[in-house]
Amino acid sequence: MSEPVRESMEFDVVIVGGGPAGLAAAIRLRQLSPDLSVCLIEKGSEIGAHIVSGAVIEPRALAELIPDWKERGAPLNTPVTSEDMLYLTETGSLRVPLLDKVMPHMANHGNYIVSLGEVCRWLATQAEELGVEIYPGFAGADVIIERNRVVGVVTGDMGVTKEGTPGPNYQPGMELRARYTLFAEGCRGSLTKQVMAHYDLRKDVDPQTYGLGIKEVWEIPAEKHRPGLVQHSFGWPLDDSTYGGAWLYHFGENLVSYGFVVGLDYANTWLSPFEEMQRIKLHPAFRQHLEGGRRISYGARALSEGGLQAIPRLTFPGGALIGDSAGFLNVPKIKGTHTAMKSGMLAAESVVEAMKTDRVEPGAFTEKVRRSWLWPELRSARNIRPAFAHFGAKGGAVYAAIDAMLLRGRAPWTLHFKHEDSDTLKPASLSEKPFYPKPDGKLTFDRLSSVFLSATNHEEDQPVHLRLRNPSLWKPVNWDVFRAPESRYCPAGVYEAADEATNPHLQINAQNCVHCKTCDIKDPAQNIDWTTPEGGGGPNYPAGM
Amino acid sequence: MTALVLLDHEEGQIRKAALSAVTAAAQLGDVHVLVAGDASIAQAAAAVPGVAKVLHAADARYAHELAEPLAALIVSLAGQYDHIVAAAGATGKNVLPRAAALLDVQPIPDVIRIVDAETFVRPIYAGNALATVKSSDAKKVLTVRNAAFDAAASTGGNAPIEAVDAVDAPAVSKFETVQLSDSERPDLETARVVVSGGRGMQSEEKFHTLDPLADALGAAIGASRAAVDSGFVPNEYQVGQTGKIVAPELYMAFGISGAIQHLAGMKDSRVIVAINKDPEAPIFQVADYGMEADLFEVVPQLVEELKK
Amino acid sequence: MKILVPVKRVVDYNIKPRVKADGSGVDTTGVKMSMNPFDEIAVEEAVRLREKGAASEVVVVSVGVQKAQDTLRTAMAMGADRAILVLSEESPEPLAVAKVLRKLVEKEEPGLVILGKQAIDDDMNATGQMLAGLLGWGQGTFASKVEIADGHARVSREIDGGTEEVSLTLPAIITADLRLNEPRYASLPNIMKAKKKPLETIEAAELGVDMKPRLSVVSVAEPSERKAGIKVGSVGELVEKLRNEAKVI
Ligand SMILES: Cc1cc2nc3c(=O)[nH]c(=O)nc-3n(C[C@H](O)[C@H](O)[C@H](O)COP(=O)(O)OP(=O)(O)OC[C@H]3O[C@@H](n4cnc5c(N)ncnc54)[C@H](O)[C@@H]3O)c2cc1C
Ligand SMILES: Cc1cc2nc3c(=O)[nH]c(=O)nc-3n(C[C@H](O)[C@H](O)[C@H](O)COP(=O)(O)OP(=O)(O)OC[C@H]3O[C@@H](n4cnc5c(N)ncnc54)[C@H](O)[C@@H]3O)c2cc1C
Ligand code: SF4
Repeated sequence: MSEPVRESMEFDVVIVGGGPAGLAAAIRLRQLSPDLSVCLIEKGSEIGAHIVSGAVIEPRALAELIPDWKERGAPLNTPVTSEDMLYLTETGSLRVPLLDKVMPHMANHGNYIVSLGEVCRWLATQAEELGVEIYPGFAGADVIIERNRVVGVVTGDMGVTKEGTPGPNYQPGMELRARYTLFAEGCRGSLTKQVMAHYDLRKDVDPQTYGLGIKEVWEIPAEKHRPGLVQHSFGWPLDDSTYGGAWLYHFGENLVSYGFVVGLDYANTWLSPFEEMQRIKLHPAFRQHLEGGRRISYGARALSEGGLQAIPRLTFPGGALIGDSAGFLNVPKIKGTHTAMKSGMLAAESVVEAMKTDRVEPGAFTEKVRRSWLWPELRSARNIRPAFAHFGAKGGAVYAAIDAMLLRGRAPWTLHFKHEDSDTLKPASLSEKPFYPKPDGKLTFDRLSSVFLSATNHEEDQPVHLRLRNPSLWKPVNWDVFRAPESRYCPAGVYEAADEATNPHLQINAQNCVHCKTCDIKDPAQNIDWTTPEGGGGPNYPAGM
Repeated sequence: MTALVLLDHEEGQIRKAALSAVTAAAQLGDVHVLVAGDASIAQAAAAVPGVAKVLHAADARYAHELAEPLAALIVSLAGQYDHIVAAAGATGKNVLPRAAALLDVQPIPDVIRIVDAETFVRPIYAGNALATVKSSDAKKVLTVRNAAFDAAASTGGNAPIEAVDAVDAPAVSKFETVQLSDSERPDLETARVVVSGGRGMQSEEKFHTLDPLADALGAAIGASRAAVDSGFVPNEYQVGQTGKIVAPELYMAFGISGAIQHLAGMKDSRVIVAINKDPEAPIFQVADYGMEADLFEVVPQLVEELKK
Repeated sequence: MKILVPVKRVVDYNIKPRVKADGSGVDTTGVKMSMNPFDEIAVEEAVRLREKGAASEVVVVSVGVQKAQDTLRTAMAMGADRAILVLSEESPEPLAVAKVLRKLVEKEEPGLVILGKQAIDDDMNATGQMLAGLLGWGQGTFASKVEIADGHARVSREIDGGTEEVSLTLPAIITADLRLNEPRYASLPNIMKAKKKPLETIEAAELGVDMKPRLSVVSVAEPSERKAGIKVGSVGELVEKLRNEAKVI
């Protein structure tokens, strides 16, 4: 297709992504400098449509950004009241004693259980009141780089057919030009990838490592509901070398957030994160909460687990990376909302300063991050996740306790990740198949009925947004060696190995995709490229997610 | 209490759906029917058991059941009736709301259950929820779903026929032509029988295995998304969440596993038949008649058996 | 000629509605809302008629809550020229909406009103017909094709088992069916421009229309799930059952 004629519009700042990082940055920009023109685009059909999170959040950054958040009706309504960390065995569970001492990072006093999607929707109304222009339903599809400076992004074309030709409703994407562009795409951003590659931002840092989180929201009988209850688990059903665990939070009106995170550095190609998350619900420690309830929504999203060691250079000429795009997640806490917001706010401050002197790169950002509470927080947490990678689940837990009680996060050493998550799978012949029980339709479900509850959809007549860089690699690598791991790790049933017996080939049901980004991360040949589909496509997570 | 049923017709025959409306109306009281069209249709209406009186409007302006004159006629007759009822087809849905507006009544469309004289159950949100609503209007104007009420018999009754005069109405519309689809295959969305194939059909050529069966049943052909995506059939065949929504009398699924997105497009069919070689296939959970077998063996046998 | 297009804000068609646990209705809190898909088709048709020169102005109107202005902005981004928001309760009944629209028609004097054939929330399929009745205008419902010439609209209508053509004297009412057209996307530049198009807000009460609903909702329930039937052992048995038990062949 030849380059179409694009309309173009100029802004002071363009922000790609309407999660906590992007929205906090937008708000901060207009607070500091009410004359700036700030444009934020979001690929979801509305703000919050693509947000999946736990979420227990620390209100620290929010309070700095909007001190009167309570009066303004921010949807933080369920304070954490009690919490448990369980070590699961197949049938039983052990409570970790003295949780706030051994695992202080898991202590949640003063925090709130929220639907992060709702929080984002609320942040968006605050941003709009301040004059930020927000355009949901438009994906950033390309970065505009001119004379080695990022000068904006191009939104995706709409109405392109399967074959890649303009259809009857074709609308070329628009150039959104800006003096500064902030990438707030969350974990594994597709434009962030381009920018990192162009400016070699990952030079000299550890490879980013990820987790995949799969979540369900349940509505349970009122008499069982204990708002404020937080429960985490590790151990069963994962083996000692696989990092992960489940959570369960009671919040809102008879709602329960249940989910499971697994480190994407897992080795067993037969492992199916989706089925692990389903079977944990059968464990008495979880079952008792959910029985008698009904599942109302489903979603999945990858998160960055590399921590401090994996944070890339944050700025480049014309902009910065913020939030989980940069990897600002506090891994042992599995909390990235407050850090995402804080990083967005600091980036906003740096941009406003850079603008005054017309500096090309908002370089002060890095320094501001180092001088804020963000840095020590991530620094003290830096060894815990790698310890699990080095010493396994039990060893990691012991390390975490020693780190917390004796070293207080100030260990003189730093543990490193050596591998990309795409390198860790063992061949199918060397892996053992776990046993996954059949869904019972009450507590446990199959993939497709789960995907249904994500309300995901993509216009059918568009190019497949999951691209194989080299399709001929699939058979010898993915099939012959690993037996199509994508058909197991994809939480939405996008990948199917068809005609397994006769002529194995890959069927891609792109319509099902819930934009979790796992395939882009875990494919053993790094052969899958997740690109932005037509704007507005993807899940439509409801309130509660 | 007496109900007036608008008895719509096609090509000189009373529509079957209209006979279901008679059954529904009988639950509300005595039934009078209004026939706008040929005398032969009025006579057919008189033979429907349960009909107490046939009102026959023979004037040519009513022949095509245009909403503008017909609604005015209904309004002129409405005085003595508590309920005005029609089948929830294209005619009833075109005419009745207009008549209701002229009567200052909020109509109640697509009724599937009559609770009492003023309380009705109807699907909302494309059948994802059922609302029970109670009307405070003096008269109730409703259309009823034919799948929810058995059709009244067409013989056995002997009701008197009373001619009704034409009434004035704005002459703002004119009938031009009608084109009934006469293709061999009925339209997927309105077919009485649908034969559908999934990924189990294996290939484009093998998908044609279903043709003789569809011919024998006068059925439309549908497909799952997997069959469409594998290139067996074009997009228009797709039944489901992102395809067509169908609710035929008989839906036959061959080599379809029964994913929820497929079920979303056919679960309101009256009778579902599933042929699948996997005993665990979810389609069996919604099928009235299931058969665990290889479809390529079953289909030819079915064609044979239907010839008998 | 002016075209008036009423549009409704409804639960997005991708969302599977969930019945509230207490059976009082469908849960719409925090649920994504969009323009009723049939109304998008109506807007598209009106804009195309204006682009073809058959109309001079497209005015969109929504009767509903303040948030319905988002829907009106979307319609303007698709090409409508201006918008009127009539503030009322959420989801008023078709009869009330038709009465509001009659007032607006008297004021705006359009030559054509194009509506969606039905809203995908209450599935009423009535507003267009009712407005036509109140105005005494001709109605071309379930339209799959519209041509305007010599003061008439020639409309192909989808009827059971085929299509019918009618000719209507203008002014007239048309309700849009699925096949009428494929609506365009609201492009980003047009969304930006639509922010500046005029949007007038009126209170339903100012129009002197009685909005009181005539239907009260007793309860809302989820449809009962289909139950598994029986398994048959042979083709002969299957055909026998279909013939004599289910009576469908
Ligand atoms: C399963 C799970 C559980 C978690 N639990 C917690 C918890 O309990 N507490 C906590 O504090 N944190 C938790 N986190 C982490 C937290 O959710 C994230 O750190 C936080 O959401 C990051 O914010 P962000 O704005 O950087 O990115 P995101 O929240 O991911 O938002 C990015 C936004 O950008 C959009 N976007 C991406 N690419 C494009 C593009 N090219 N064009 C347009 N839009 C684009 C996305 O659609 C998305 O809306 C959890 C995360 C996961 C996955
Ligand atoms: C957003 C979204 C929208 C979707 N929209 C739709 C939609 O509109 N319509 C739709 O159909 N799907 C839709 N899907 C896809 C849906 O989830 C399923 O993937 C699809 O329906 C599967 O099709 P299938 O049953 O033909 O294939 P499969 O699931 O592969 O099932 C094939 C079946 O054939 C059986 N079989 C194989 N060979 C034989 C044989 N010789 N004899 C008998 N049985 C045999 C197998 O046992 C198996 O049960 C959608 C999914 C998403 C996420
Ligand atoms: S295709 Fe990739 S991004 Fe989409 S849901 Fe599956 S794993 Fe996630």
